[in-house]
Amino acid sequence: MSWTKEQMALEVISYFKDGQSINLGIGMPTVVAELLPPTLEVMVHSENGVLGVSGRPSQETLSPTLINAGKETISIRPGASFFDSALSFGMIRGGHIDHSVLGGMEVDCQRNLANWMIPGQKITGMGGAMDLVNGSKNVIIMMTHQNKKGESKLVGQCVLPLTGANVVDLVVTDLGIFRPNGKRFIIEKLAPGVEMKNLGNEALFSGTK
Amino acid sequence: MGLSKVCKNAEQALTGIKSGMILMSGGFGLCGIAENCIDALEQMDIKDLTVISNNIGNSGRGLVKILIQKKIKRAICSYVGGNPDLEKQIFAKEVEVELSPQGTFAERIRAGGMGIRAFFTPTGHGTLVAEGKEVREFDKPCIMETALTADFAIIKAQKGDHYGNLWFKETARNFSPLMAMAAKTTVVEVEELLPIGSLPPEDIHLPGIFVQKIFQGANYKNDIEFLILSKEAK
Repeated sequence: MSWTKEQMALEVISYFKDGQSINLGIGMPTVVAELLPPTLEVMVHSENGVLGVSGRPSQETLSPTLINAGKETISIRPGASFFDSALSFGMIRGGHIDHSVLGGMEVDCQRNLANWMIPGQKITGMGGAMDLVNGSKNVIIMMTHQNKKGESKLVGQCVLPLTGANVVDLVVTDLGIFRPNGKRFIIEKLAPGVEMKNLGNEALFSGTK
Repeated sequence: MGLSKVCKNAEQALTGIKSGMILMSGGFGLCGIAENCIDALEQMDIKDLTVISNNIGNSGRGLVKILIQKKIKRAICSYVGGNPDLEKQIFAKEVEVELSPQGTFAERIRAGGMGIRAFFTPTGHGTLVAEGKEVREFDKPCIMETALTADFAIIKAQKGDHYGNLWFKETARNFSPLMAMAAKTTVVEVEELLPIGSLPPEDIHLPGIFVQKIFQGANYKNDIEFLILSKEAK
């Protein structure tokens, strides 16, 4: 009926090509990092200043100064490099990152993303998300299709404060893959057994290309 | 003396910090924070600080030590998640916070140190961050962001020589070299303090011209916020 987080991650990975550079956000996109196949040669960027992230450390390689943007311990692959935050965001803003995968609270068909605050309730701050959505060549939002109240997070117009305007290229949810085109979400793929009526805001979706 | 900028300890290096000053503090979460300097600030009788730091401490540690002492009046940062003490003070209006997108935050500090007064970036256009800022159309609409400078910066490096040439370990570099450039007085604590000439010139991450005081730190905790090992290691 719907995809698991792992299946969603594999769908995201299917868009990656050998030789590309990829930034993976905190939250759900971290599953993508866990499932990257060893045969796929990519450089994973983490905005705190490392290119070439590679899985988790062993007891021997564990280092408190080797972390990702989620402040989790990581290891690095051959060819990795370290740099300061200005250079790191130069890679992002300068358009040198091929794919950026981020979590989301709301995405609308005008390609807007909201994922950094709920007024009066929750402030997480935008961290690097506003730079990532404006600088990366391809912005993929990976999130559950519905919020905790059961409402669709793919909407006609975002209500929450925006992270970026006109920035989202692709949305991967547990129900399918959608490409916002300014007016509607074009359905790229649906999870097995999912129908249009399961998507919520049905009028916003158009069938496969 | 000559080219040496060596101080005895954090207390001596931080002489001159006063209430109401602007302070930059390096580190990403707890990675690469100036532990000795923060402990010294905890002991000092100062208040109304403006603190520029990506997270203002995290998980109850780092700069949170002086945040909960109510020494911070205003904070400029990019991320509050993982710092419940800060979130609480924001909602209680005990601290005024300016959230800046992390890349913009880093570039504003770099600009401050490089003599650039302002720059235009697409980051934040069409969001709350753009409110009240000049917008100009280049290949896409961009907003003007202004440079950040400070009275003091407190940063930590793995190695440094007596002149203040620095070498950072792994991802502990983050904002520290940028802040060192942007502050009038940069105080550096190091795990290994070395004589001038010990660091190969090609390997120096930050030239000592940006450093005013340096001291040998002690008792480092180097806390890990989220320890995750590989499946094989478990």
